[in-house]
Amino acid sequence: MSAAVSAERRPTDWRTASMQRRVRQRYAAERRFRLLGLAAVAASAAFLLFLLASMLARGAGGFVETRIGLPLDLARAGLNVTPEQLRGPRSDLALAGAGLERAVDSAAESAFPRAGGAALLSDAAWLRVREAVKRDPSLLRRRATIDVPVASRLDIAFKGGGTPAERSVAHALGPLLSRGLNRDFLGGADSTDPTRAGIWGALKGSLLTMVVTLLLAFPIGVLSALYLEEYAPRNRWTDLIEVSINNLAAVPSIIFGLLGLAVFLGTFHMPRSAALVGGLTLALMTTPVIVIAARNAIGAVPPSIRDAARALGASPVQVVFHHVLPLALPGILTGTIIGMARALGETAPLLMIGMRAFIAAPPERLTDPATVLPVQIFLWSDDVQAGFVEKTSAAIIVLLVFLLAMNGLAIYLRNRFETRW
Amino acid sequence: MSNAPPKMTASGVDVFYGAKQAIRDVSIDVRQEDVTAFIGPSGCGKSTFLRTLNRMNDTIPGARVSGDVRLDGEDVYAKAMDVVQLRARVGMVFQKPNPFPKSIFENVAYGPRIHGLARSKADLAQIVERSLTRAGLWNEVKDRLGDSGTALSGGQQQRLCIARAIAVDPEVILMDEPCSALDPVATARIEELIHDLRGRYAIVIVTHNMQQAARVSQRTAFFHLGQLVEYGDTSDIFTNPRKERTKDYITGRYG
Repeated sequence: MSAAVSAERRPTDWRTASMQRRVRQRYAAERRFRLLGLAAVAASAAFLLFLLASMLARGAGGFVETRIGLPLDLARAGLNVTPEQLRGPRSDLALAGAGLERAVDSAAESAFPRAGGAALLSDAAWLRVREAVKRDPSLLRRRATIDVPVASRLDIAFKGGGTPAERSVAHALGPLLSRGLNRDFLGGADSTDPTRAGIWGALKGSLLTMVVTLLLAFPIGVLSALYLEEYAPRNRWTDLIEVSINNLAAVPSIIFGLLGLAVFLGTFHMPRSAALVGGLTLALMTTPVIVIAARNAIGAVPPSIRDAARALGASPVQVVFHHVLPLALPGILTGTIIGMARALGETAPLLMIGMRAFIAAPPERLTDPATVLPVQIFLWSDDVQAGFVEKTSAAIIVLLVFLLAMNGLAIYLRNRFETRW
Repeated sequence: MSNAPPKMTASGVDVFYGAKQAIRDVSIDVRQEDVTAFIGPSGCGKSTFLRTLNRMNDTIPGARVSGDVRLDGEDVYAKAMDVVQLRARVGMVFQKPNPFPKSIFENVAYGPRIHGLARSKADLAQIVERSLTRAGLWNEVKDRLGDSGTALSGGQQQRLCIARAIAVDPEVILMDEPCSALDPVATARIEELIHDLRGRYAIVIVTHNMQQAARVSQRTAFFHLGQLVEYGDTSDIFTNPRKERTKDYITGRYG
């Protein structure tokens, strides 16, 4: 029977037209698939580039302030302060009551009467004069020109925005104007005046919140994962716990915000808007993510390593801490950073616990009112003043740099602890 | 043969995985001065039985052992028996070489370190050297003790695992098909090594290679379908088996 079948079968002719067509079609399909993949990569790269380019283009101005050279004659401004007072320990107090703000305003009125006078200057202008005087008390006795920040409208106009009228003012003042690094933005907290608004308050709030989240979520997450992987028996209860953890990791973040509101603020009466509560709330959200990542990493440690250690008489704790944990650490760290990065970008749960308040001073302690970067971005993007547009983009740049730094740290740690087989 | 009491004895041992019985009523003596080989077709339970001797089955969920296993007369499965110490006294070498992803030195030093066997660094270095020498690996690795154990060849890795096992100074060494992942040259080295180690440690080796059992062992146990079919001097088992099933297996009728 089988001999008959094989006798009927002729050897395959690989050179027929249909065979050739088939081969051509296969190669064409291969090329199509490769091009499709390349297109997908190119599209995502283009999106990323567009995001980065537009953020940089809009946000770069946020790090720069426009300054105007203000001619000052403080000797004739009638300040009730002497250079000698400034050398003592009570210099701040002496300057506070000196009437410096009024002197700066009137100097602006007389220097630029047609362009707008004192309205040209930022609210922070007299503060800059105060600093200069503190550095060099002789300014109180002589004439000098001090660069002070200008008001938001002029700032925007000088950077090429604003209305035509504002731009012509900027053009007229052109020779007096200069650019410089906006230290208020990098070192200050939120303000109603865009030229004074700073990101440092939100950055510090984010840092404090992240520290609380990490200190809570990392040990709890890793210990839970170790217990579930290494010790817990497989039964209905551990199945239930596993399902719950997987579900928790998928719960929308605003729910965690409500939980934080009810538990930390409602039951335990913790301070509203505090980095401590924000960190606790985000820890609730991050822990399941870390548990899942850590369990995967621990489960990926080859059983042969556990066997080898056990066969040498290592106790279960020794097996875990000498072998399993070091081998799982790179994976655990990666998962932790992903969870932390998600927490860093989270806005919704923090709105629920009051971290959306206007906070004009960087938080000093964990219990101080604070805000965080994404919430600050949200608040500024909501503001109608034109000056906040570039601040929003600049804050996004700061947030992205923070995220990149965290991811860089994760990659460094992972490579450091990675075991080469 | 000697009349000294056996190093390990097992009597009436049953092993269950859940509801499935893997080992049925096995009784065996392991003598100090001999190499004992367990042979049998795949899935016959020889490895499972080996793992009851140092309670490695404890780590498998659902595994249950009944019967009596003794080490120097001490009940291995007694409540008072410390598993951690038992495994230090009854060492094990696995089928696939499984060195820790650490340096060669650390691989061997790990056991003595966790049991506090070395009094000083010099002492520890000495233990490492002695163990590697006994495992026949010292001359090959003495200049690169800091290299990763996983960078060695398969045969060297397996000898490293043997060195690691003897570093804690065990009384019995269990070997679970130690050569099945190795080439013939590396296998010959391991067999030579087993020959050298004989007498110092009671050795039990599981193998599916009958020639290997004939070459290295003095006593052979033939397992089939979870039962001990025949147990006796290796020369008798291979030349003059008493049971039909043993004869069929060693002549290659099945396996």
